[in-house]
Amino acid sequence: MIKNKIKMIFPANSLNEALSRNVIASLSLPLNPTVEWLGDVKTAISEAVTNCIVHAYSEDNEGEIEVSAYITENELFVTVKDYGVGIPNVEQATQPFYTTKGDTERSGMGFTVMQTFMDSLEVISAKNEGTTVHMSKKIMCGGSNA
Amino acid sequence: MDITYKVDNKILTIFLAGELDHHSAVFAKVTIDELLDKDIYNEVIFDFSRMTFMDSTGIGVLLGRYKKLKEHKVPVYARGAQGSIEKLLKLSGIYNIFIKLTR
Repeated sequence: MIKNKIKMIFPANSLNEALSRNVIASLSLPLNPTVEWLGDVKTAISEAVTNCIVHAYSEDNEGEIEVSAYITENELFVTVKDYGVGIPNVEQATQPFYTTKGDTERSGMGFTVMQTFMDSLEVISAKNEGTTVHMSKKIMCGGSNA
Repeated sequence: MDITYKVDNKILTIFLAGELDHHSAVFAKVTIDELLDKDIYNEVIFDFSRMTFMDSTGIGVLLGRYKKLKEHKVPVYARGAQGSIEKLLKLSGIYNIFIKLTR
């Protein structure tokens, strides 16, 4: 059962990295998460949104990013979507340390972080249509039913 | 984010505080590079104890600074990371090149 949900649309501007991860953290509070659980979620959201800003669109503010999320009794589900250039080879892009922006000190760790810090990760991409990232994370133990 | 530092006996300690992401990465790079360009240090220590958030953009920033220090064979240390930041440092292999301090 969905307890609460939110949908945000914002320009691909780096200011919105902090905004979006903090909104999703706030949405998750009824799950009674630990500080570390929240930190993991914020990191994963930040990776997904940063990817849209750095890769999907060529200039800041050129396109829009859609973040939607909902919580159930014990789980958070998040979708981060852009309408940018798309990822030509998702399998390659999700490999650790793979980056197309080596000259700008990108670590190539984004998808690896999302995969490690969340319970599930799905990446769907189509050339010139955009990329959608689905992620979810459960509350392991505890979490009151308040 | 906020960056402060201390130099003691040619040992540079860089205190990172607040949030390091793609938005604050340019500020972090420029500020740290200015410090690194001032002198050739015997050691450089990155202190994460007052950091509240870092994502993989931060790893890119650290690797970039490490490359500069490696040219002068300056040993680089890391200390004070907790929670998700510590997990990220481990996952990215940073501790293979930054020596982890427990002091």
